[in-house]
Formats: sequence, structure tokens, C-alpha cells
Amino acid sequence: MAAEKMSLSKAINASLRTALDNDPKVLIMGEDVGKLGGVFRVTDGLQKDFGEDRVIDTPLAESGIVGTAIGLALRGYRPVVEIQFDGFVFPAYDQIVTQLAKMHARSLGKVKMPVVIRIPYGGGIGAVEHHSESPEALFAHVAGLKVISPSNASDAYWMLQQAIGSDDPVIYFEPKRRYHDKGEVDTSAIPGPLHAARVVRPGADLTLAAYGPMVKVALDAAAAAAEEGKSLEVVDLRSMSPIDFDTVQQSVERTGRLVVVHEAPVFLGTGSEIAARITERCFYHLQAPVLRVGGYHAPYPPSRLEDEYLPDLDRVLDAVDRALAY
Amino acid sequence: MTVESTAARKPRRSGAKRSTSARSTKKQSAEPELVQLLTPEGERVEHPDYAIDPTPDELRGLYRDMVLTRRFDAEATTLQRQGELGLWASLLGQEAAQIGSGRALHDDDYVFPTYREHGVAWCRGVDPTNLLGMFRGVNHGGWDPNSNNFHLYTIVIGSQTLHATGYAMGVAKDGADSAVLAYFGDGASSQGDVAESFTFSAVYNAPVVFFCQNNQWAISEPTEKQTRVPLYQRAQGYGFPGVRVDGNDVLACLAVTKAALERARTGQGPMLVEAFTYRMGAHTTSDDPTRYRSSEERELWETKDPILRLRTLLTNEKLADDAFFDALEQESDALAKRVREAVRSMPDPDDMALFEHTYADGHALVDEERAQFAAYQASFETAEEGI
Repeated sequence: MAAEKMSLSKAINASLRTALDNDPKVLIMGEDVGKLGGVFRVTDGLQKDFGEDRVIDTPLAESGIVGTAIGLALRGYRPVVEIQFDGFVFPAYDQIVTQLAKMHARSLGKVKMPVVIRIPYGGGIGAVEHHSESPEALFAHVAGLKVISPSNASDAYWMLQQAIGSDDPVIYFEPKRRYHDKGEVDTSAIPGPLHAARVVRPGADLTLAAYGPMVKVALDAAAAAAEEGKSLEVVDLRSMSPIDFDTVQQSVERTGRLVVVHEAPVFLGTGSEIAARITERCFYHLQAPVLRVGGYHAPYPPSRLEDEYLPDLDRVLDAVDRALAY
Repeated sequence: MTVESTAARKPRRSGAKRSTSARSTKKQSAEPELVQLLTPEGERVEHPDYAIDPTPDELRGLYRDMVLTRRFDAEATTLQRQGELGLWASLLGQEAAQIGSGRALHDDDYVFPTYREHGVAWCRGVDPTNLLGMFRGVNHGGWDPNSNNFHLYTIVIGSQTLHATGYAMGVAKDGADSAVLAYFGDGASSQGDVAESFTFSAVYNAPVVFFCQNNQWAISEPTEKQTRVPLYQRAQGYGFPGVRVDGNDVLACLAVTKAALERARTGQGPMLVEAFTYRMGAHTTSDDPTRYRSSEERELWETKDPILRLRTLLTNEKLADDAFFDALEQESDALAKRVREAVRSMPDPDDMALFEHTYADGHALVDEERAQFAAYQASFETAEEGI
């Protein structure tokens, strides 16, 4: 199959379909993933084609979904679990943190946990409470988990393929507000390393690092800055655990400035870790402190306020201006 | 709390097998029915639903399992007192529940224990010394669950019931005719994960047996703080059967678990077995039960000792002689000696082991920190050489 233009959600669907086709041990589990095809239709048609035994509508119990997925993995299956929304993952947080993440180490390597947990995340869709959160740092903080987020359709396809192929548990954060964004997906391509960041726009004056839904915002900001004669480099981090600090470092060594952008709260967020590490690695290259743009230390607001909470082009450019002013 | 079944009190030789009285009287009992096949006095009784006819060899085998398990457990407690173990969770008093259920298993069945199932581990052929690594602090488990179909100990209460259910869902998908046995306790019965495991197993008709050792105490909290109904009755609300068994009666635990596992293997779905027993010791070696329960209660349960009643049966029926008991005592001492020596000679893990097995496929941050740590450690060696 050659390259095909498809939406990010269709790319995930195609990736799940490929995985189900390639490995009889792959299972899809979650609330409403079967007949309905998921509340975002990401699993549309999979149960029809692969049956109820492999695309499993589960009881409405997130801890139960992840806990039974662990048991299925112990039996040799490779469950791909859907948590319906970011804010609904917390009933499963115990199973993810105390069991899924630690089982491999607890067994001194004798047990593997090839479980993928897909979580639609982030805001910007005008939703009610608990439907717009970005909890990635809460998972990246846990040793034993890998945490990734695609920003485009091609990555959505390939990163999910690689996550399902991994023998480690992977939390796969789907930028739900980008579900309908279309991009080229070449399903016969050979993907690069799963946890490598990617320079998606080269530039000379400042590095913008982002992931998931914020990559588009960063690219828009770089385009706007270019009109003002500022050359911004944009790095799509793709992976929050591990983080590809080498790629960020190389970029910052060229530009001397770094702004990290994410929807999640800034405080103790992914950007905090990147700021600390890049300051250590690039101290003599930095011409300004590493700045962060993200959510505030407040509950995710009602949707009429979310545009004030979420980083947008102007807030990113404001940080860019502050960094360039040093 | 005493629970005695009117139905289970029928002597074996009365010829009253499957008597109508057994069924008609149980409704009048204030306490729930308790499946019992061997009384505390060492007398065989029959039950209308759970028959078992063990050979003398099997009876001696069950007795041996319980004695060796208790001896191992006592040795581990001693080793903790001597500072060789950081902690020990004793199974004292629960030998019948664990050996009875453990011996009901087939080789290809799979077990999900809590952290107290030393007797079940024994039945699965896990070397007792392997259980001690985590209590000494050299690992968090470390035995290969697949070599004995005995999963790692799970410390967070109730989590393993979901793993057992998922595993059983996999067994069903594979079309295998094995079953899964999930252990938990009266405290765990309050956990959401246990409730969810009941839901999932019922919905998917998973071949899992939930074996609840109700040992009356969740550290300091009595069962009354966990439930207003007998725990086995919870099963009914989920759509599968539950039964309460005398947890200090190894024959009843064996018979009921066998039946429950066979039910699961033949596609009839989950079942809950509540083994009514008593935690004779402290919750762990860090606990002090004198702060929350009376010695009278313990003394009452001493009269129901699981090992003593089988010894009485073996002696009265002349199924074992002094030579058997003497040989077993020697075997117990030898086991204790072997365990003691194994613990004392158990090496601390290498420093670098703290980075091992965090991930199966590696992780850049772990690699980086491992290298930093190694360099830091090496800096001391260099400094020493410099002196």
C-alpha cells in the first residue's frame, strides 16, 4: 500500500487494523470500542471485522480494563486498551503505576508487559469537565512506563505500530483535537526510532519544542514569527518518556534559545524537566533562560474559558519575544 | 465469632448421606452454612454437595504439607526476629485453607496469590527460600511465575484479582481447559478491584475461582468493618455461586476448591469460595495484635487448629504411626535448617541491579543514569587508588 492521505483518527484505526491482522495475540479493549467504534470512532469497524473476541467492549470500569489487560498480557496477549477520555484514567492509575509499570522489574525480567494504553487527551474541543486534560507528566514520572504522543497522521500510524510491538507498557496519548487533521501516511515506509524527536521546521534564532496537539501551534507560531524576520526551529518531541534530549540539545546549540510548549500545567511538567536538562547540557550555549508555555496551576477550566488556559499562537510568540529579548 | 453448621455435623458413619435434614435445618441456623468434612475433634462428616474420599496416602500428604508449611513459616518468623528478614507475613492458622485449595489445582492451572500464600507456593513447588528474597530485601519477588504457574506475590490489596480475571479471559480465548485461582482476603473484599474482578469474570464467564481467606482481621480491623453480609454471599449479586467453607478443614477446602475449579474448567464460569479461618499470628512481624483483639478469641480458634484435627483423624483411624510423625518432625527440622542457611547466605544484589529490568526494551534515561551512577561509584575506587 502506497502513501495515502488520511485523518489522524483514521491513521490510528488503520494501525490497529494492521496490528490485528498481523498478530492474533493483539486485542482491543475498552468502553464502547466495539459496536459503536469508540466515542471518537477511532475503532470504527474493527469489531465487525475481527469479532467480539478480539475487539472487546468492556464493563465500565477503568481499573478493571487495565487490570484484566495485565492478566491477558501475562497469558501472552498484547492488549491495546482504550481509556475513553484523559480525565477518566485515574481509576486505572493504581493498576498502571503499581502493577503494569513494575511487573517486569518485580519479576527480574521474567515477565513482559506488552500493553498499550490509548488515551485521547488535551483540550480545545469545548467539552465538559474531565474531557480536556493533559496528564502525560503523571505517567512520564513513573519508571517502567513509556509515554508518547503523535502530532500527525503518519506518526499516529507508525508510533502505534511500534508501541504495540514494544514489550514495555506504552501510554499513547492521542491529540483529540487533531483527530480530523489529515496527512500522508505511507504504510509501507520504514519508520525511524519510536522515541526520537524530530526537527519539523529548521530555524536559527530559537527552538520551539512541543508535542501532540501543540506541534501545530508551534509551527503556526514559527510561520508568524518568520513574517517578522525571526527564524524559529520547531522540534516535535514525540516521546515524553524517554525524552530525546540529544535532538533538543543539538537544536539549542544552534539557536541558543529554547521555549517548551505543552497544554499540561507548566508546574513540574514535561517542560520543567526539559528546561533543567537542557540548562545542564547547554549552559554555555544558552543566551536566555529556557521558557515554558503551558496550562496554569488551576483545574482545567469550563470550556468558555479554555482559550485563556490553552497555549495559543500569541502566548507562544509572547514567550518567544521574551526569550529573544535577553 | 463462632460459626458452626448444623448441616455439617452429621457423623460419617450415621449413614445419613444426603439426608434431607441437612438441607432443611440449614435455613434455621442463625449463622451461614459452613461446608465442613472434618470437625475440630478430628471426626469425618459428610456434606450433601461436597464429597471427598481421600486415600490414606493423600491424608498423610495433606498433613505433611501443613506441618512443613507451618514449620517453614515459624522459621521465617524467627529469621525476622533475628534480623535476617526485614518483614514476614505469617500464615499461621491458615494452613488448611492454603494446602486444601493448593492441592485442588492441576499443574496447568494458574495461581494469583496475595503475599501470604506460602502454603499455596509450597503446593505449586516453589522453593520456600525463593519466597524469602522479597522479605529479606534482595528483590521484589523474582521467581519465574511461569515455571510453577504461580504468579508473584502482590502487595497492594486486591489488585491481583483483576490479573487473575484477565488471565482467565485469556485461558478461555485459548480454548484451554485449565482454571485460575485468585487469592484475596476479607480486607481486600472492600477493594474496588475485587468488585471489578467479580464483574469482569461474570460478564466474560471467565474460568476463575476467587478464594477468599476470611481470617477475620485486616490488620486491626475485624470483618465487621468490611461487610454487613457474609462475604460468600457477595457472589450472588454478580451472578455466580459463593460458598463458605471451614477454612481450618483441609478436606473441605480441598473438596470445595476442586469442585469450583472443575466448574470453571468446564465453562461454567467463576465461583467464590470463602474460607472461614483465623489469622493466629500478627498481620506481619511489624504488627501487635494485643492492641486490638483479645487472647480469648485466639484461644477459641486454637481449639479449631487445622493440623491437630487431621492428626487426630490419622491417629484414631490408625492411618499414621509414630514412625511417620517422627520422620516428619525430622523432615521439618531439615527444611527449617535449609531455609535458615539459604537466607543467611543469600547475597545482596549487585549495586547496578537497581537499574536492571526497569524496561524490557531499554530506555535512554535509565541508560544515562546507569552510566552516571557507575561513574560515581568508580570515582571512589579511583580516589582510593590515589591514596
